[in-house]
Amino acid sequence: MSPAPEDASVHRALGLSDDEYQRIYELLDRHPNHLELAMYSVMWSEHCSYKSSKIHLKRLPTEAPWVLVGPGENAGVIDVGDDIAVAIRIESHNHPSAIEPYQGAATGVGGILRDIFTMGARPIAVMDPLRFGPIDDPRSRWIAEGVISGVSGYGNSVGVPTVGGEIVFDETYKGNPLVNVLAMGVLPTERLVLGQASGVGNLAVLLGASTGRDGIGGVSVLASAGFDESAEDTDKRPSVQVGDPFEEKRLLEACLELLDEGLVSGIQDLGGAGITCATSETASRGGAGMDVDVTAIHARENNMEPFELMTSESQERMLAIIKPEDLAQVEAISSRWEIKASVIGRVTGTGQLRILDGFDGDVLANLPASTLHDDAPEYNRPITPPSDLAERRAKDASQGPVSCVDDLLSLLRDPAWIYSQYDHQLFLNTVVGPGNDGTLLRLRNPRNGEETGRGIALSTDGNHRWCHIDPRQGTAMVVAEAVMNIACVGARPLAVVNCLNFGNPEHPEVMWQLSEAVDGMAEACIAFDAPVIGGNVSLYNETNAVDIAPTPVVGVIGMHPSLSTPPPSIGFPPDASLLLLGQVPDTHVSLAGSQWAWEIGECKDGTLPIFDLEQAVRTSQFVAEAVQKQRLLAVHDIGEGGLAVAAAEMAIDGGVGAQIIDHDDHLSMFNESGGRFLAVVGEKLVDTFLRDANDHGVPATQIGRTGGTSLNFGSEITIPVSELEFAYQNKLPEALGLGTVSA
Amino acid sequence: MHFEVKVEVSPREGIANPEGSTIERALPALGFVTAGNVRVGKVIRLQVEADSSDDAKSLVEDMCSRFLSNPVIEDSLVEVLEE
Amino acid sequence: MTQRVGVVRFPGTNCEFDTIDAIRSLDGEAEVLWHGQYDLKNVDAIVIPGGFAHGDYLRCGAIAKFSPIMDSINSFAQDGGPVLGICNGFQVLTEAGLLPGALQKNAGMKFLCSMQQIEFVSTSNVLGHQSTAGDRLLIPINHFEGNYVCSPEVLTQMQAENRIVFRYTDNPNGSTADIAGICNQAGNVVGMMPHPERATSHLLGSTDGNSLLKSLLAA
Repeated sequence: MSPAPEDASVHRALGLSDDEYQRIYELLDRHPNHLELAMYSVMWSEHCSYKSSKIHLKRLPTEAPWVLVGPGENAGVIDVGDDIAVAIRIESHNHPSAIEPYQGAATGVGGILRDIFTMGARPIAVMDPLRFGPIDDPRSRWIAEGVISGVSGYGNSVGVPTVGGEIVFDETYKGNPLVNVLAMGVLPTERLVLGQASGVGNLAVLLGASTGRDGIGGVSVLASAGFDESAEDTDKRPSVQVGDPFEEKRLLEACLELLDEGLVSGIQDLGGAGITCATSETASRGGAGMDVDVTAIHARENNMEPFELMTSESQERMLAIIKPEDLAQVEAISSRWEIKASVIGRVTGTGQLRILDGFDGDVLANLPASTLHDDAPEYNRPITPPSDLAERRAKDASQGPVSCVDDLLSLLRDPAWIYSQYDHQLFLNTVVGPGNDGTLLRLRNPRNGEETGRGIALSTDGNHRWCHIDPRQGTAMVVAEAVMNIACVGARPLAVVNCLNFGNPEHPEVMWQLSEAVDGMAEACIAFDAPVIGGNVSLYNETNAVDIAPTPVVGVIGMHPSLSTPPPSIGFPPDASLLLLGQVPDTHVSLAGSQWAWEIGECKDGTLPIFDLEQAVRTSQFVAEAVQKQRLLAVHDIGEGGLAVAAAEMAIDGGVGAQIIDHDDHLSMFNESGGRFLAVVGEKLVDTFLRDANDHGVPATQIGRTGGTSLNFGSEITIPVSELEFAYQNKLPEALGLGTVSA
Repeated sequence: MHFEVKVEVSPREGIANPEGSTIERALPALGFVTAGNVRVGKVIRLQVEADSSDDAKSLVEDMCSRFLSNPVIEDSLVEVLEE
Repeated sequence: MTQRVGVVRFPGTNCEFDTIDAIRSLDGEAEVLWHGQYDLKNVDAIVIPGGFAHGDYLRCGAIAKFSPIMDSINSFAQDGGPVLGICNGFQVLTEAGLLPGALQKNAGMKFLCSMQQIEFVSTSNVLGHQSTAGDRLLIPINHFEGNYVCSPEVLTQMQAENRIVFRYTDNPNGSTADIAGICNQAGNVVGMMPHPERATSHLLGSTDGNSLLKSLLAA
């Protein structure tokens, strides 16, 4: 039993519980001072420690022979052959984007890129799954426009193409947008570096932007007199971080050059918890200690307090561990790229992280480096399924005012207005870019730019509607959807990264959603043989105590083994056969969780359609191979909006209509049963193709023919392709931009 | 002597100003129907060392013609604010 | 004869390696020229590639024009050496006074990345050796400041001197006279907003950029 702290209001104001304070007391065997408390408070925050989710994340599969680096490092890394490795990571920047959309999104892009080049990889692709409140809500539109401009402004300027993403508008995100960002990079396998400090006497060099008071919101209470939140001087303590893509670009090039020259033994980006996190993480990973001189940190403002310098989240900074004899060369490269470099630390053998006022000055903080990470609390928070679960699942989601033509038109939405603002072609890799099912990039050798003849496929997916109804099956369907997307460009999955966006973990229902989602993800990842190699958990996504619908977002990376011609587009060619793959006849079909039910039927409950995971594995594998063998004239997976929206998108893309047999009621047009594709094959090949599908255990039926200028379902429903196209193209520009596409 | 100088860079008369036009199109939607002729430029503030206010002004005007503004599309106005 | 092309790299440039890859795929030689040096390494032609030189701060190309290499490029151009500015490179060339006019923000006030059709207006320049006027090409654009402006006098003069190299068939950004690219009086300095290096492989959706780069290599 330890004595109580002198003033319990300090640690409470920093967000540490009394139990957590006791834990710190035991680890140090004394009372921590304010600087030490600040360091524990940022490192033991939910954001840095994953203290509520860690216990569940352990259930995810994380290993495969091709996985070089799994979860826990800055990014996951897989081996893709020819001594080439690919680093990938996804992260959320939800809360900053709700406050300042442009900078929130911009710094989200900047942060994820640093995670990638920290591993020694050159970032070559960004994807941005975005979710906002209703499109008719002015504030949500303002947030959406700011976020899109932020991704565009930062990503284009820093010089990494944004090759795909998602855009979703829904009531659940009003007040709490989800801004997730995925980045991917390539590296020669031998250049792989980990964020660790080793070698007593080695130097820790802080590279890049000056440290200001950005993002110290949580610990800024230490600066105010009475730990009373209202006394906080908000003018002096900005919590909005501002991004500088030009600084990031120079930092990126300088770091890659340092790595190329072999001058760096460990490198770590500065993200959440700033220098505290970077110094303690590198030291504890390397089994070492570190002395940090706060006076050596290049600061943007005068008179910054040590706790401000140690916890600032100023952007565009990296920490490199180097040998003392290499310092001159490191400084020369930094100066060529016009970035600042300051020696702020020395690696020690003590295991202690010491914060010093000058290397020979007073000891301001002294704590075992590993305690900031390894000893962070881990909570098994209460889990309770919603009490009205049975009642909700009993609801019929097919009720509502039905007008199949109008409903279809209202569900169409062309994301081109968004992705045309992103450079999606830089580096000459983009074979299939945004606006399609999956993204497909040429894989080139990072050593010399030579083509490998293979392609890397990427897709990000999430679906809050499915996950709201059934977080377990919904998440499995989300993983399947992402795999199906890359199957459309001929790729099989290699790995998954996830971004778990949930509400308040102190609500037992939210923890139930999280736990169920993790189980659904684990099941699907095992079935697809694609381990989870990294992720991010974003909790406390709530507005006025109302939690967002559970929104696990996944990024799937896959490989196209022989990329010599582009895969088929989604567009209908004229006069060919339209096949439906993956639909089991006569099974339970439901509109529950569909876009139709939420947006038109206004029912958010019910029971999801039965989902056969094993069949989804077989079907997506079959489609990927058919694409590789160039057997398909067009292919599109069936996702949001169901078969009707998929067919409409194919008609719009090809400028060609189709006659579809049956499927002329809202249930068959708009249900979102998982694991299905629409594929187009030449008339003469239909019989062989159907037989092959059958041999592979993939249900396949011919449901129509392409051709003509209108899309027809059964004998009653006819919509001119031009009308589909008009509805599709103008929805977002009308809502978000000024005027329409044609203006 | 130190002088605080303000430079106002604005689009030249007769040159299209997309930023201004966009704002102009948005204003009526917010109920501001009487506004027009919106022009967007930029303001640069800097400190210079010079013998007199006039010297400071001509120094900064030189910066403008060579660097701070592009005479093809922009005009600049230099104002010495204080010592 | 294989031509050696120097591709200029400013801090913030991002299309330098794409440009080098595209030139090499056409059997040309290419190497990076760092902005802080004067030495042009005896190259036969120069490309100022796309990107955000110096972050595009102040104005696109405004800071880049003061880099040491620009002095050498100026002399190289005076002596008739072929110089191509692509996108940000075009902006640098106008700021540096090697080409007339200026590029300001797109009329739609949005960054635009898309495939665009352009038409050869004049082929009397270093990019036109393999083409005839009226040829139509599919080449991507990727810019926020691609809206070309110049005085009516300059426009009249350029038209009279056959110096409008490309025009958009469907003007995406509000450019004066649909201008997508122009050249100097001698035809050895060309600036264009579309990215020919992005149209050099059927995997990327177009190979129409190849004839332009081949023409530069043969110049």
